[in-house]
Amino acid sequence: MDDILIARSLFGTTMGFHIINATIGVGLPLMILAAELLYQKTNDIDYAVMAKRWTKAFAVTLGVGIPTGTIAGVQLSLLWPGFMEVIGRVMALPFQIEIYAFFVEALFMSIYVYAADRIAPWMRIASLTLVALGALASAVLITNVHAFQGTPAGFRIENGELVDIDPWAAFFNPSFGVTAVHVVFTAYMTGAFIIATVAAYKMLKSDFGSNLYKFHQKALMASLIIGGIFSILTAANGHSAAQYLHEYQPEKLAGAEGLFETQKYAPLAIGGFTDRETESVKWGIEIPWALSFLAGNSFETEVRGLNDFPEEHWPPLFIHTLFNAMVGVGMLLITLSLIAFVWNKLLKKDKFPRFLMWLFVLSGPLAMLGIEFGWIFACTGRQPWTIYHVLTTEDSATTATNLGILFVLFAAVYVLLGVMEIIVLRYYFRKNTVTDDLNRAQQKEIPLYGSNT
Amino acid sequence: MTDALTAITVLWGFVFIYAVMATMDFGAGFWSMVYINKTQTKATNIANRYLSPTWEVTNTFIVALVVAVYSMFPKAAYTLGTVLLIPGSMILLLLSVRSAFLVFSNIAEDYRKVLTYISGISGILIPGLLISVLPITHGGFVEFIGGSQNLNLSKLFTSPNEYAFIGFAVSSTLFLSSLLLADYSKASDEIHAYKVYRRDALILGPISLVMAFLIMLTLRNEAAWIYEKMMDDLYILIVSVVFFLIGGLALVLPSIGKKSLKGMPRLAVIMITLQYLAASYVYGKAHLPYIVYPEVTIQSAFTDPNSFRAVFTTYIVGFLILFPGFVYFWSLFMQDKRYLRQKKVKEHS
Repeated sequence: MDDILIARSLFGTTMGFHIINATIGVGLPLMILAAELLYQKTNDIDYAVMAKRWTKAFAVTLGVGIPTGTIAGVQLSLLWPGFMEVIGRVMALPFQIEIYAFFVEALFMSIYVYAADRIAPWMRIASLTLVALGALASAVLITNVHAFQGTPAGFRIENGELVDIDPWAAFFNPSFGVTAVHVVFTAYMTGAFIIATVAAYKMLKSDFGSNLYKFHQKALMASLIIGGIFSILTAANGHSAAQYLHEYQPEKLAGAEGLFETQKYAPLAIGGFTDRETESVKWGIEIPWALSFLAGNSFETEVRGLNDFPEEHWPPLFIHTLFNAMVGVGMLLITLSLIAFVWNKLLKKDKFPRFLMWLFVLSGPLAMLGIEFGWIFACTGRQPWTIYHVLTTEDSATTATNLGILFVLFAAVYVLLGVMEIIVLRYYFRKNTVTDDLNRAQQKEIPLYGSNT
Repeated sequence: MTDALTAITVLWGFVFIYAVMATMDFGAGFWSMVYINKTQTKATNIANRYLSPTWEVTNTFIVALVVAVYSMFPKAAYTLGTVLLIPGSMILLLLSVRSAFLVFSNIAEDYRKVLTYISGISGILIPGLLISVLPITHGGFVEFIGGSQNLNLSKLFTSPNEYAFIGFAVSSTLFLSSLLLADYSKASDEIHAYKVYRRDALILGPISLVMAFLIMLTLRNEAAWIYEKMMDDLYILIVSVVFFLIGGLALVLPSIGKKSLKGMPRLAVIMITLQYLAASYVYGKAHLPYIVYPEVTIQSAFTDPNSFRAVFTTYIVGFLILFPGFVYFWSLFMQDKRYLRQKKVKEHS
């Protein structure tokens, strides 16, 4: 492997691992907040216990998410010094503001957990809201850098020098809004479905109608509602995201759809694999005219194909598959939420069939896979650029060689942390069961939060 | 003051704040490990009581520091990023293990000891590597060939100066943290823990001072340019040593409030902070205008003026927003007697 490929693999591994924890870190606080608010509204102690248990899980994911995020932030400079030199000059603002968001999250997370029993309930909710806002803001801001990479703005290049730098114009680059919203919606969706996974699994393992069953049922319903809402919002926003590609990064859209010839009435290829030789998508289903309509709201929209661009600027052709996998996961989750809604609210049945429960169990991992597919699609689809039509990946990378050993070391640490994280979570929740927490919550003299930290 | 000078001053401020917070953080993790078997002294409890709510905030500072470098001095970020690939990666690996295992040790009670050992040991190695950035920026270990830069690792790790820095970082970490924990124990009315940490501070203070002298001695041979410039401000260095002596005295003299107890740890903390502040001012001033000697200066590495103004504005706004948060945080964890003097809650029900 050449050094750039190793550098990309190393950074990709860091991000691939980090976004699992980061996504949960953005998604879970919203669920915790929902549980806290439900508790204040219903006075049902189950919700207080939910908030406490999810906070514990959140703390553990932060324990891995914070260091891997630190790695990602510093590795940017270590592996991509050429990229960060440009970013430092033009696009420092989101990183800088993200720091403040981190501080807000870190300060109020500690307050929420370690001062829970010393502060007023409204202050607890305020702290938690600030934690959720801090997590949200850091996701939005780091996504802003990603948006800038696709739709750079706020500077010109003259004789190889960056001139006329306007950092706020760079900050509000064209795709900032749509990309940031995409990341936030999918994180909330994923956070909710992760809860659904656990709740559905626990319901399958407990007796129907028992307190334990009811506890998990409440969690499942809350997560399905929130997950369902955000999966539908994601679809709507994903559509605008694709239209942005049509306008700003046509090569990427062409790669995502496996379209070679520029055309009006372009067909939409679903599934299959892009074949270079025949310049077509093999094994896919073609819906005539659909791509033109999706790209520009009209069948007459001309969609540019890959042949319009020099081949060295093409994204890798496999992104078609990644793109489809991402969209497929989203569609599946919407369908699942709608079925649950019809079953529970319209047909008013109080028990989901077993196969549906198992599908709920799968929903969390599926949503997370969707995040990974989408993220790999977004970043490999931008190749060969780190900043679209401005800076190539090759010019961004470190000149250092022998990165292989670093790749092995980092990968090993991620495996260690990932495995430990799962072991610690399982250990903790086995040792402190829902029943334990319910008992603690009922005995007022033992503070729920302090009882086992 | 030029923009570049303002920027480097802000950066120096961040470095100093992070250095103090990090020594507390890594030191507390280490002491929590050392005294884990001596449950009656409560020294481990005190260290954890400090560490649990603060580590995330401290960790954020290191990210803030890195971001400050690339947003204010992008060209320096390029050089530093290139030459620090190996030491930087080592720091990141240790830091991730340290933070994650710190959290794990708080959650998995039955395995607390082994998890604390892993996080404590990886934590105490980090300051030694972090401080290596300083001798690297002195230029002797960086090879500038044409447009590219390269760090000569074997030269770095055979240099007495590098080891003086490492020794200084580790001893200072233990010194400052034991001193601060002594103060924290006294505020928490944990007299036994106070005595332990006061004793540790009295032992480690002189060691860290000796290390500082060793740095100066080896600096003269290896980076004479900065040594000579530091000597221009010799009187401030002497003032720094005076602060150290007053700090030491404050630990030995009887407490004003309680005559039975020896030492005024709060005063000692302030004096020792002033000692480090004075010394790092001299060091930082002598380092100018170079970020990485002799190729990268604050002027040559400085960002676009528009970007700097925007970034600086966010510093002011960010500070105004965060300041009340920090005050509230401080009042809950450093001042609140209910937190400081908590009875140990029942571990398991």
